[in-house]
Amino acid sequence: MEKYMLIFHGGNTQELFSSPELMQAHMAKWFAWIDKLKQKDLYISGEPLVPGGKLIQGTNKSVTDGPYTEGKDVVGGFFLINAKNMEEAVEIAKDCPDYQYEGSVQVRQVMKM
Amino acid sequence: MSGSENINLTIEHLFRRESSKLISTLTKIFGPHNLELAEDVVQDTLLKAMNTWKFNGIPDNPGAWLFKVAKNSALDVIRKSKRQQEYASNISNLLKSEYTLSPTLNEIMGANTIEDDLLRMIFTCCHPALSKDSQVTLILKTLCGFSVNEISRAFITSTDTIEKRLYRARQQLRELKIDFEIPVGPEVSARLESVLTTIYLLFNEGYHSTKHIELVRKDMLQEALRLSSLVCSHPSTALPQSFALHALLHLNGARVGSRLDSKGNILVLKNQDRNLWDREMIRLGLYYLNASAEGEQISRYHLEAAIAAEHVMAPTYEQTNWENIIRFYDLLIEMHPSPVIELNRAIAISELHGAESGIREIENIRDLPLLKNYYLLPATLGELCQRMNDNEQARKYFSQAMHLTNSPSEKKFLDGKLNEL
Repeated sequence: MEKYMLIFHGGNTQELFSSPELMQAHMAKWFAWIDKLKQKDLYISGEPLVPGGKLIQGTNKSVTDGPYTEGKDVVGGFFLINAKNMEEAVEIAKDCPDYQYEGSVQVRQVMKM
Repeated sequence: MSGSENINLTIEHLFRRESSKLISTLTKIFGPHNLELAEDVVQDTLLKAMNTWKFNGIPDNPGAWLFKVAKNSALDVIRKSKRQQEYASNISNLLKSEYTLSPTLNEIMGANTIEDDLLRMIFTCCHPALSKDSQVTLILKTLCGFSVNEISRAFITSTDTIEKRLYRARQQLRELKIDFEIPVGPEVSARLESVLTTIYLLFNEGYHSTKHIELVRKDMLQEALRLSSLVCSHPSTALPQSFALHALLHLNGARVGSRLDSKGNILVLKNQDRNLWDREMIRLGLYYLNASAEGEQISRYHLEAAIAAEHVMAPTYEQTNWENIIRFYDLLIEMHPSPVIELNRAIAISELHGAESGIREIENIRDLPLLKNYYLLPATLGELCQRMNDNEQARKYFSQAMHLTNSPSEKKFLDGKLNEL
């Protein structure tokens, strides 16, 4: 088993969530997904990120907002999961419930040292 | 965080429940004229919750989490617009100074007055200056957390119509500048009447209609019961007429599950399986009917609940006490003249004195022309003619009824009747 990080972008489009029931139902889909991964021992951890981070760069260490400030690029959180290989990690990421809400998932393998 | 294994323990309708509490509390701060602002803050808060909780579960005290986020949002909103905006009149000055802003919000949002605030919100939505349609729509949007889409499905109308109705209602609240209060003194009973009517309409919309998809219908019944139980549990509004309405909702609600067969066909009362009636709902209904008997006044809800009680207490259709039911209908018509109620009374008469008497009563209904587009009028006449073996006349009536309904289940029901002839 290898470790993979799923990085979740976007998926927070306000207009698409017109009612509390709709939001709760969407959250329930995430919980169902996590439960499925847990049952197969594939879920290691997950954390949400507070919106609005800083980007530091250059030799003068300039600090700006970012790197993403635009809704659908902003990283909302991440999972650490177990998967046999990249193919399996990608298949897992395809189950993310956010695609219909302008979400996208970045899959990165965690380097073994 | 308690982890995602609590998926099944998640309170049903958690977001919807918390949303109505937040809207009510925020309206206390912003004032009813800023309803839209409160709605925006709540929408934002719930979105934040969803986008945080989805990664690793719901916190142990989700309500407190939401209140904290909403409070911070409210602080931001007020700070950004401190001088241009007037908020709730009684605290507006306290919100203008940075020294008192945060403590005031802490006090309002930390106070254990949520039941009061919800009731205040009910009274606000049912302000008599708003049309009945607006009242029901506003309640569904703010207190029941329905989306415009869901409301338009419930009313079988366009989202555009609902948007306009809400826009107009918010505008009226802006212009009215009403205080966010539970009415006191002599004002209570008139204002309460408006609240009870709206809850009654909300319930009926879900109950009588066969046009809704099942889920919306069930939600509307549930919400009507929740609101009426709020009204019944508050000392200012725990009055006989509130108990009577609560009784009525329970006694009718108890029979919801038996009104369609497994294939979705409509079953008339006579053919319903009485074992499917919800015993616990009936018990509560009778309890509240009993509680409503205190006091001198009798409301239409008393009478309608009494009629419903006769139906649920009859062991079989044949053993129904039609004399009592007719007596209650007589009183009801006296108090609240309506051709629909007269039609129902005529049906009761036909059960007691035969189909011919029933038809005679229908012909004597005062405002009969008002029922000319009401499919149950020809459907009832058809049924009575069928009972008198006048199949030709019955066929005519059932076909007439067929033209007056668009509901697939009602059409199917009438089809079945035509085939019986």
